[in-house]
Amino acid sequence: MLSGRGWTAFVVALIVVCAVAPLLNLYVPQGNALHMSDYAVALVGKIMCYAICALAMDLIWGYTGILSLGHGLFFALGGYAMGMYLMRQIGTDGQYHSHLPDFMVFLDWKALPWHWTFSGSFAATLFLVVAVPAAVAFVFGFFAFRSRIKGVYFSIITQALTYAAMLLFFRNETGFGGNNGFTDFKRILDIPMQTPAMRMVLFVLTGVTLLAFYLFGRWLVASKFGRVLQAIRDAESRVMFSGYNPIGYKLTIWTISAVMCGVAGALYVPQVGIINPSEMSPANSIEIAIWAAVGGRGTLIGPILGAFIVNGAKSWLTVTAPEFWLYFLGALFIAVTLFLPQGVVGLVRKLRGSKA
Amino acid sequence: MFIRCFLFLLFFAAGHAHAFTPAEAKAMATGETDARIEALNKAVASADDQTAAFLQALIDDSVKVAGDKVFVVKGDKAFDPVTGAQTPLPADAEDVINNNRMRGELDTAMAALKLFSKDEKERAAAVKLLRTETDEARLPLIEKAYAAESNAQIKEQLGLVRAAVLLGSSDKGKRMDAAKLLSQSNSGGTKLLLIERLKVETEPDVKATLEASLRTVEASLAWGDKLGAVFSGISLGSILLLVALGLAITYGLMGVINMAHGELMMIGAYATYVVQGIFQKYLPGAFDWYLLAAVPAAFLASALMGAILERSVIRFLYGRPLETLLATWGISLMLQQLVRSTFGAQNVGVENPSWMSGGIVVLGNLQLPWNRIIIIGFAFAVLLGMGFLIGRTRLGLFVRGVTQNRPIASCMGVNTARIDTYAFALGSGIAGLAGCALSQIGNVGPDLGQGYIVDSFMVVVLGGVGQLAGTVYAALGLGVLNKFLEGWTGAVLAKIAVLVLIIVFIQKRPQGIFAVKGRSAEA
Repeated sequence: MLSGRGWTAFVVALIVVCAVAPLLNLYVPQGNALHMSDYAVALVGKIMCYAICALAMDLIWGYTGILSLGHGLFFALGGYAMGMYLMRQIGTDGQYHSHLPDFMVFLDWKALPWHWTFSGSFAATLFLVVAVPAAVAFVFGFFAFRSRIKGVYFSIITQALTYAAMLLFFRNETGFGGNNGFTDFKRILDIPMQTPAMRMVLFVLTGVTLLAFYLFGRWLVASKFGRVLQAIRDAESRVMFSGYNPIGYKLTIWTISAVMCGVAGALYVPQVGIINPSEMSPANSIEIAIWAAVGGRGTLIGPILGAFIVNGAKSWLTVTAPEFWLYFLGALFIAVTLFLPQGVVGLVRKLRGSKA
Repeated sequence: MFIRCFLFLLFFAAGHAHAFTPAEAKAMATGETDARIEALNKAVASADDQTAAFLQALIDDSVKVAGDKVFVVKGDKAFDPVTGAQTPLPADAEDVINNNRMRGELDTAMAALKLFSKDEKERAAAVKLLRTETDEARLPLIEKAYAAESNAQIKEQLGLVRAAVLLGSSDKGKRMDAAKLLSQSNSGGTKLLLIERLKVETEPDVKATLEASLRTVEASLAWGDKLGAVFSGISLGSILLLVALGLAITYGLMGVINMAHGELMMIGAYATYVVQGIFQKYLPGAFDWYLLAAVPAAFLASALMGAILERSVIRFLYGRPLETLLATWGISLMLQQLVRSTFGAQNVGVENPSWMSGGIVVLGNLQLPWNRIIIIGFAFAVLLGMGFLIGRTRLGLFVRGVTQNRPIASCMGVNTARIDTYAFALGSGIAGLAGCALSQIGNVGPDLGQGYIVDSFMVVVLGGVGQLAGTVYAALGLGVLNKFLEGWTGAVLAKIAVLVLIIVFIQKRPQGIFAVKGRSAEA
């Protein structure tokens, strides 16, 4: 699955995530040059969630050739499933001291709507985080792939899907907090969330999930299943003429990819402390594609790198030169498509190749 | 302005000649709201020019009170409301404050007085304002205006107002007549009035008449609603059409997924804004005609930007639709930021020229605004122009030739690269025209384009890529469908329903309404 050097790098990454970062954050005193600030922990934790999305995007776009402009929807669905649980965990500590979430009291609702039934249970929430994005992706994918919608059509329809969902979640009466979404979380599994230790736990969990998904991706693309996917990407009709039915393959990878995004969303919400419908805006979904493109499509490490590069630049630029950020992001989109079709990984390979 | 308004007012007949007194002025200006309204209504029933002027002064908040005396203040001078003579203003004079209820009463009182204006437009406006008035105290005034009215249309409307007031009369026969007469009305206000009266009416035969009238009014209202939905659907459809026409070239013919299309529209809208500014500054007299100059300006600004984009980015990406999607998305982000840095992040104000305001009243509850009508006409003019350009001109021939078979067109001596630039600039210019039209009905801001991009791609996809006729049907169909669903489910759910329907439709016809027939295995 990985080469010798690959395994070494993987173990180093695992150690950094699980041991070094927590040590630097919790036990190295503030002011020390080696101290990792809470801000840095939150930022890296957030970017690792994004990296999971980029990885998911790469499986469907880089390896199967299907560009989704709706992955923000799956991310948000996972996030909302987790957010509902966290809202219930607030208990009576909200503004109105009611058992209902604040926004429901505000709207003068007397009882939880039906789709909140399972939000009280953590186990059910974990199930929903996986099941809801999977179900939505499966149903949508089933119809889309069955009627052989592909290429740009598919991209535009996924964009319309996430746009429609965004409009729906913006509504107050759908019971998802409307414009403001969910926020003001207090605890998870009855443990207060705003402690350094809890933040570190979430951070480590995200890191381990990212690495696990990376390994899973390696296994998947190297398997026979993964090779059929790449064949579909390169020449779908030839795959069909060889006796394969691409629909099942596409549907499977599409659903897996959606689930990965949903898990990323569920890890993202407790770390960032808010989820609202803007996560489903078409712009966000397109940004996921640019992370994958910047890092390099068709390689698994590339999208992870891309997520770190773009989001690192974003958090730096939006502080130092906020007007400059959109110019940078726009130029990045253009430059990558014009000059770096293989992304950063492709560039590195090229440089190495020319040296050797 | 202030006095001139009232030169229109007729002087009242001698029998009613009743001079405006200081006591009346004081009663209207001071005390409890209820007492003031009573005084107001009493004064209006027998008003003269001074009363009207005083009312206007009250509306304009230019009345002050000091002790027993009331003053009308104009600039830094004070006048006696009764004699009109200038008087010194005491230092302790206080402003007269009107609450919302008082303001409403003042406005209807003013409207009642304007029923005698010499200007037909003012009379019509006054009748419109009084349509929901049911105060019986106003009856003598309305009766008099009704008798004096010469314009048949206004007289008819006035008759309905009179009937509405009579509906509250204590005389059964009068109520009966009023109930009959009101069946001719087709305003929502009349419907409410009839319903209100039905609740308190005790006489069975009056009640029956009321019910019959209500049914007639409701039926005519339903027609208005339906026609209104069709009109706003066509209006929305014509906007979608304008937005999608440019895309039909850049996406439909050239295969470029231009995510910056919305931003090219935004450039057209801002070009309109700039032209408006130039007219305001240098040609204020011709301001009404700025839009005529803005149309070509919007086209050229967007077309120029489109040509630059094609030369610098898009020409390297032909035949790779997904790459054009990402690159043009980047372009759209940069253009948005460019506009933010130049014009600010806030929306800018674009005014309608005066000939675009107002509208045609078709039914009581249906008015077709001029700006919508003009945009519908504009959309079809652009459609015809584009059809002509693509179908009948040499440039159009080259564009079609290059999109069908680039190598052969090139062999025939067509400069394909230049044709690409022209075609892309044309598509962009049409986006600019759409932006110019949108500036007349919506906000102009840096994210103007974002709201339309998903919709416009839907139109092109639904219509069938490269099919002009399909684009037209899809745009109008989506517009009307959207508005009908809106009346039924509300705006957001309608939008979602339309998106879902499109997804379902694409299931059945993946190539759009007008599919290109072919045998390719990739089709």
